[in-house]
Amino acid sequence: MSTQTPETSDTESEEEQEESFSPGERRRQVRDEARREREEAEAESEAEPDEDAVHLKVFRYDPEIEGKQKPRFDDFFVPREPGMTVLDALMTARDQFDSSLTFRHSCRQAVCGSDALFVNGSQRLGCQTQIQDLESEPVRIEPLPHQDVIKDLVVDMQHFYEQMETVEPFFDPDETPEDELAEQNQTPENREHIKMSTRCIWCGACMSSCNIAAGDNKYLGPAAINKAYRFYMDEREGEEKQEERMEVIAENHGVWRCQTQFSCTNVCPKDIPLTEHIQELKREAVKDNLKFW
Amino acid sequence: MHEHDIIVVGAGGAGLRAAIAAHEAGADVAMVTKLHPVRSHTGAAEGGINAAIRDGDSWEDHAYDTMKGADYLADAPAAETLCQDSPADTIQLEHWGMPFSRDDDGRVSQRPFGGLSFPRTTYAGAETGHHLLHTMYEQVVKRGITVHDEWYVTNLAVTDEDDPNERSCHGVAAYDIRTGEVEGFVANQGVILATGGPGQVFDHTTNAVANTGDGVAMAYRAGVPMEDMEFIQFHPTTLPSTGVLISEGVRGEGGILYNSEGERLMFEYGYATNDGELASRDVVARAELTEVNEGRGFEDEYVMLDMRHLGEERIMDRLENILHLAEDFEGVDGLEEPMPVKPGQHYAMGGVEVNEHGETCISGLYAAGECACVSVHGGNRLGGNALPELIVFGKRAGYHAAGRDLGEPEIKTGYGEDSEPGDLDSPVELGDPSSTETAADGGVAATDPTAVVEGTLDTERERIETLLEKEEGVNHAEVRSEVQQTMTDNVNVFREEEGLKQALRDIREARERYQDVSVSDKSRTYNTDLIHTIETRNVLDIAEALTMGALARDEFRGAHWRAEHQERKDEEWLKHTMVSWNDGDPELWYRPVILEGEAGRYEPKTRSY
Repeated sequence: MSTQTPETSDTESEEEQEESFSPGERRRQVRDEARREREEAEAESEAEPDEDAVHLKVFRYDPEIEGKQKPRFDDFFVPREPGMTVLDALMTARDQFDSSLTFRHSCRQAVCGSDALFVNGSQRLGCQTQIQDLESEPVRIEPLPHQDVIKDLVVDMQHFYEQMETVEPFFDPDETPEDELAEQNQTPENREHIKMSTRCIWCGACMSSCNIAAGDNKYLGPAAINKAYRFYMDEREGEEKQEERMEVIAENHGVWRCQTQFSCTNVCPKDIPLTEHIQELKREAVKDNLKFW
Repeated sequence: MHEHDIIVVGAGGAGLRAAIAAHEAGADVAMVTKLHPVRSHTGAAEGGINAAIRDGDSWEDHAYDTMKGADYLADAPAAETLCQDSPADTIQLEHWGMPFSRDDDGRVSQRPFGGLSFPRTTYAGAETGHHLLHTMYEQVVKRGITVHDEWYVTNLAVTDEDDPNERSCHGVAAYDIRTGEVEGFVANQGVILATGGPGQVFDHTTNAVANTGDGVAMAYRAGVPMEDMEFIQFHPTTLPSTGVLISEGVRGEGGILYNSEGERLMFEYGYATNDGELASRDVVARAELTEVNEGRGFEDEYVMLDMRHLGEERIMDRLENILHLAEDFEGVDGLEEPMPVKPGQHYAMGGVEVNEHGETCISGLYAAGECACVSVHGGNRLGGNALPELIVFGKRAGYHAAGRDLGEPEIKTGYGEDSEPGDLDSPVELGDPSSTETAADGGVAATDPTAVVEGTLDTERERIETLLEKEEGVNHAEVRSEVQQTMTDNVNVFREEEGLKQALRDIREARERYQDVSVSDKSRTYNTDLIHTIETRNVLDIAEALTMGALARDEFRGAHWRAEHQERKDEEWLKHTMVSWNDGDPELWYRPVILEGEAGRYEPKTRSY
């Protein structure tokens, strides 16, 4: 149990600020005051569970720190706020109780892909998951399964990045217009076709949820196959490149490994129909094969 | 010790573009970045890229709009360079496969944006930044450029001549977040800072947690002036509870703003009777807050942005991402109900002083993107002008550092003949006279750049050891939150003299508390406690310089509004605010703005929309 007593902020200075400038600011002061009171009450109750606090059970591990070398779960009771996300709760736990609590996060708006976590047994982005939408408490927060844990909730993403690189994740047309202002045209239909696949934020939730990837380290995995799909389906790339891409897509550890369990699709925070994309590529692979008969 | 021709610090839009350009020019480049490139905050940009690529549009019109939007505080050569280079650099992204939205004829789509005389904002849904970031990272992978990700640059290796203009930069010291090792990176040709904005100086911001202005603060302490830091853009449409950005694209497509009386405020109260919701961002942000302050807001906090009338098809086609953001972060269905919005800190127009080649006054040190001030945006940045800045000036910095001749720059850097000393009535002592930031004996540099980096390395190792060894002390989170709170209370959209002075007092107090800061996590493995502690020092230095500029500039220009000074004072203030660290004793000075461009003189006019 690493939960410590939070600092109680001094309330004396608050009275002096009566000449506040706007109703909005007054309202915020009232709100802050209420929050402070809750926090103080929280501290006094010595982290006893109650309705005003969210109970988090957080996975802890540090290879260097005695007492954390053996993985364990720590309990945190953080003041409940309207609209609070799992990431908000973790940040509060860190900033108020234990500054060694470690997790990746940056944008707070589901676009940087840093905070994919295993929350109550499911891969989710911490910032995109409302506490109130979770069906049960305590909220159990663990690092993404099937990846090496570096510390607390931080996992090693190297394997994920390497699989992405395997599919040559970059646009590679046969030729580029000579004129620096000439566009390569693309129909709105084709752009629409690849749209969902371009939304990937490399969070790794899909790979972590995939049973096949867990058992076969060479399997490209849903994110990398989706990346290949994004270029394979882009009409601006040439046929030759398409064939090259198909070789990677259809090789031993490519699309044929997928057993359509839909776990990746279910956890994708950007709603990318990953399994569908993989199936579409399987159909392309079959068509491609038939050409040689 | 690592050694490369060029070290790029930061791997968002500007950093990636700089690395690609330098590589293309034949240099050996390495990127050193505290986040993996795809985690960078460029990915959160929504609206688009302004580029004059269509018949009926011209770079001259784009430059005129930019200078007007800037309230005539941008340097014309910088604004013109942006507008001239943006078309080819935007199409370059298309050539790299960026999935732009498309018109029926297959060409890239453009839409109207605030303050633009032509619909020239080139976009990819409402997630343009995400696509720009990923497209450029793909090109970095394709070229095999070395990326040291999750390495945090803690200081620049700069020599210590008395005059900052004589100093030179030879590399950086960086902390490997994964292992806790501190290592040196020698840069034989240049260090390019591309570390993004300082949004974490404020409490309510659209910026990422990582946006702590590290590059700006490091360059500042090494002797490069910060320019026009008081000009902070408050975006008019952020979600009240989180600060998550709702793109200007919503208004560009026809979204309307109304107050609690159900009035379309921009027109009803005369804030912008021609352009309405599509007035410049500073104008809309002030209008919203005025409504709230006069009691016509919702819950005394926000106004409403309504896009329902655009229809599901158009919203899904062009603004789908906005639906997800409103749903996930405010619990609102934008197809069924209006979205609550209020102004939030969004962008720093100011930054590290550079010329149009990205050079600072320290030889070998460059900056590009939001961390830099060329200056393109002056008093207020137009929507859709940040992304072209990343690619245009990222590329130019990369080329120049790699040795390409870009001609004689028109913009000057460093304190010089055209500079004018300033004076500030500060209620407290500023800066930190005890600090010794520059690394090594300037005399050594001529013979051995590696020795300069080694000097910095020793200093940084010691600094980190000291932080980790200290047993008891103040938690960085408290100090940071004090600074954020006072900045949001006192250095916000509306600024008053007494509030600004209070902010300086609070920052002083926070600075003193920071002297006692300690890191409670003693681990060498992924120690974010340590990283945040070092970042907080950067937040402090930037907050102070920003507030100094805000107090000094007693006029109302662009995003900078002063209660006691409700006029733009062109006689006195057509000049950039510069703050130099001056080895711990911050100094204020000014440099005239350049209004003469290739297309003639941009004569300051009354700014109305």
